Amino acid sequence: MGAVTPYRILRVAGPLVELACSGDIAMHDVVLLGDAELPGEVVAIGGGVATVQAYEYTGGLAPGHPARPRGGPLRAALGPWLLGGVFDGLLRPLAGAGDRLVPGGGSRADGRTWRFVPSVEPGARTDEGGVLGTVTTQAVPFRVLAPPGCSGPVERIAPEGRYPADAVLAVVGGTEVRMAAEWPVRTPRPVRARIDAVEPLHTGQRVIDLLFPVALGSTVAVPGGFGTGKTVLLQQIAKWCHADVIIYVGCGERGNEMADVIAELAELDDPRTGGRLADRTVVVANTSNMPMMAREASVHTGVTVAEFFRDMGLDVVVIADSTSRWAEALREFASRMGELPAEEGYPARLASELAAFYERAGAVRTLSGAPGTVTVLGAVSPPGGDLAEPVTAHTERFVRCLWTLDRELAYARHYPAISWAGSFSRDAAALSTARARSGDPSWARHREQVAALLTEADRLADLVELVGLTALPDQERISVLAGRLVREGVLQQSALSARDAYCAPEKTAALVEAVLAVAARCRQLVESGTPADAVEVVDFTPLLRAREETGPRSAAGVAARRDAVLQALAPGGRP
Amino acid sequence: MRWSEVECTDVRELRGPLAVVGGVTGVGWDEFVRITLGSGERRHGLVLEVDRDLAVLQVLEGTAGIDPTAVRVAFASSPLRIPVGPGWLGRVCNGRGEPIDGGPPVFGAAEAEVGGTPINPVRRVPPSEPVLTGVGAIDVLTTLVRGQKLPIFSAAGLPHLELAVQIAAQSTAGGEEFSVVFAGMGLTHADASFVRGALAERSAAGELVLLLNTADDPVIERLLTPRLALTVAEHLAFDGGRHVLVVMTDMTAYAEALREVSAARGEIPARRAYPGYLYSDLASLYERCGRIRDRSGSVTVLPVLTMPAGDITHPVPDLTGYITEGQIVLTREAHARGVYPPVDALSSLSRLMRKGAGPGRTREDHLDVAAQLLAALARARQVRELADLIGRPALSPTDLRYLELDEAFQLGFLAQRPDENRPLDASLALAWEVLRTLPRGQLAMIPSELLDRHGVA
Ligand SMILES: Nc1ncnc2c1ncn2[C@@H]1O[C@H](COP(=O)(O)OP(=O)(O)OP(=O)(O)O)[C@@H](O)[C@H]1O
Ligand SMILES: [Mg+2]
Repeated sequence: MGAVTPYRILRVAGPLVELACSGDIAMHDVVLLGDAELPGEVVAIGGGVATVQAYEYTGGLAPGHPARPRGGPLRAALGPWLLGGVFDGLLRPLAGAGDRLVPGGGSRADGRTWRFVPSVEPGARTDEGGVLGTVTTQAVPFRVLAPPGCSGPVERIAPEGRYPADAVLAVVGGTEVRMAAEWPVRTPRPVRARIDAVEPLHTGQRVIDLLFPVALGSTVAVPGGFGTGKTVLLQQIAKWCHADVIIYVGCGERGNEMADVIAELAELDDPRTGGRLADRTVVVANTSNMPMMAREASVHTGVTVAEFFRDMGLDVVVIADSTSRWAEALREFASRMGELPAEEGYPARLASELAAFYERAGAVRTLSGAPGTVTVLGAVSPPGGDLAEPVTAHTERFVRCLWTLDRELAYARHYPAISWAGSFSRDAAALSTARARSGDPSWARHREQVAALLTEADRLADLVELVGLTALPDQERISVLAGRLVREGVLQQSALSARDAYCAPEKTAALVEAVLAVAARCRQLVESGTPADAVEVVDFTPLLRAREETGPRSAAGVAARRDAVLQALAPGGRP
Repeated sequence: MRWSEVECTDVRELRGPLAVVGGVTGVGWDEFVRITLGSGERRHGLVLEVDRDLAVLQVLEGTAGIDPTAVRVAFASSPLRIPVGPGWLGRVCNGRGEPIDGGPPVFGAAEAEVGGTPINPVRRVPPSEPVLTGVGAIDVLTTLVRGQKLPIFSAAGLPHLELAVQIAAQSTAGGEEFSVVFAGMGLTHADASFVRGALAERSAAGELVLLLNTADDPVIERLLTPRLALTVAEHLAFDGGRHVLVVMTDMTAYAEALREVSAARGEIPARRAYPGYLYSDLASLYERCGRIRDRSGSVTVLPVLTMPAGDITHPVPDLTGYITEGQIVLTREAHARGVYPPVDALSSLSRLMRKGAGPGRTREDHLDVAAQLLAALARARQVRELADLIGRPALSPTDLRYLELDEAFQLGFLAQRPDENRPLDASLALAWEVLRTLPRGQLAMIPSELLDRHGVA
């Protein structure tokens, strides 16, 4: 922060501020506006005028007020304090900020210290990304690395002990290394190489893990009209998925929801580490009434945090709810800048901005050589539920998985309301190999069978509406029945259920196997002459209740209920 | 408000609700403005943009009758601030907060900016206690929770104003101090006097603040009315420790005013010519609800809006739905059958109900009864569709019972007089009565022990 003579503000229109500038200012540089030093970022320079996008409410800012370039682009402050914390779109902690958020606020130093254990000797050589030591946190193996671009001999290394985040822990090739680091949020952190995403991210949600699985390092969009269940689904994944670190970006959504997710994460234990789930989670909260442009920054800060942890060799999941609000912030500012609008007022660069955001996901070999992944899940909120609108239409092209939420399903209280006809996973093929390797060789076959059953049942449902169920041939009536068993016995999963909110892979496999076995038995029965009427009246409730009545990992409990129903369907056991 | 010493007289342009003044110095964005006409009439506005020595103003009372050569503009060097405090209770004002009840201007010990400031999400307390409205359909099926925002989606010709007024007149928070701020926007004079009359009792009790912008008031003033209401409410709640319900009707009229200003500014429109920031603007209102840690009050927001042509995908209901925590939907079908309130139970939902109702909140059986009733109504709807297809005689006996349940629900549960304050116990008793139309075997969502206790055979 040099002693630069301040520039003068010329124009203020909400978040758009123009400065008279005569050089010494670069695109994307941070500028501090007015006496309150409101942060903003340069988005255009020309004709002696720099245009700044302000990240705070600019009320009272006037032509003639000073503006100071801070030098350099918007940076995120990264470090161990992020875990378990809640931050605004610029990654400033919200914990100490008071009941009401006023412009220009924000403090960082909170006097906390962490235990550091060095893992190199003085004099050893290290390359960029090399591990210099570890920091003990509640839930995450936090590593202190030689930063990108820094290699050479370890000139100094701190002994084991407790240190504040900004203490110098090592000096490598003349560069000081701390637990804390800074990184420009719009620049992806470097990696050694991108590698194929082939390992599954277990989400604990059956319809996903079975039909539309996602790989670690992949990308997912979740479009759905209001109230279709985007937030509940993404929060379920934040709670239960098998990742090391979760970055939850509440982008232009509700304050009460943020309060809720913070409270719930603090209460829940992490089954994998024994700590609290909150300790592996970083929450970026930029609610809809917080400054709009910080919403634009928040998704970038979110992925930057993710990359920071990825570089330690971790699997990180970024959840952005909702990317549509981010796109709206882009549109808002573009329109104030007088950019030529493309579809629905969005700037023509909408598609490339979306692509760039999702491109920051990936499975990589980090600079340290260890594998690490960033998986990005973004909610999309299409106006009027119209999936042809620009944000949804473009996003679909850039993601590997699409989980489309269906209003009809949500209306019928079929949750998660993921439409099996309108969703896809381009990871499924690669993941079937991984499943086979990890001991579930029938996964791919079961997936195909379930998908086929659902498609057939949907086709017949249209017919049934016209002619009634009893007009169908017996075989097809069994297909209708099988479709119902799959939907109610496997796909439905209530987020409110104590036992079923999370479902382990082995229980998912058991449920699928059970429903397929029962469906096959029903089919055999009608083939051998039993009328469909007689099969339809069999009590399937043990099978349908299995998901609710057994524990989240109880494959055995499911099998027992399957056997009870098969028994009832046995030639002698028929009613 | 303190005004600048020097008044500016260089008005360069008037267009729609906007005025451009020149020769200004040191005027900040979003400042409040006082405009004095040649006749001495005073108007107000705010700064939409400042560019070197030019300021673009939005004139709240409109620009009609302003002669640019005979007008003086003073700046407040701060956004609009209003007095806040219990002095508002019992008062009736226009949409700008000026008394229309014959009383003196409203005074308050403190002042607050009408734009408000965002509540820090980490200081919020998740809503968890009910506001009881005395309207059975709402209390039982879509419980309103303190700190929630729950809109009423209606259509032209439906009795949403009656319902809004009934809720405003009857709501309580379990004996704790409770107030209502009612903001009417674009009301006809007949509607405005109906509102005043129906809420007179609550007003006299010092529990109501009434802000009425009528259809012939300047359109642009509607942008201010809900902000005044929320500012007054926030203070009553978070400094005064009251539970405050803010009813805002009709938000469609509000959004139209926003569209008008946006069009006058030549902004690039998004859907149906509404500005691209409609979502954020509505959120800046609705998000002012909530509870704050270590403070005892709460602000609950109940926006009422009419869906143009009954279309729920219209930007105003659609974006509202994306911000609020559920919705209460009114339908023409129920209204046509003469049922008041004509609530469409199946498309209505209070997303926070699970947290605000049930054991320790309302009644032990509440959530089970509500879930069972909704499931039964969903089944009844399917049966009705089936009956249309294959004829009533072809239905099974169980299916026929569902049709009876639907009938009992409409007439025996939903229907209520607009002046009838129904206690929750009475509403739940009626709900049980409706459920008893079904055989016990169909009530699987209610624990059998509860069924026994409520005499379901
Ligand atoms: N998996 C689920 N299990 C149980 N209930 C659910 C589930 N998903 C959604 N719901 C119900 O639907 C309601 C709305 O869900 P949610 O808040 O996730 O919608 P949304 O798509 O995020 O909507 P918006 O776009 O308005 O934010 C919830 O409050 C809950 O009642
Ligand atoms: Mg949501």
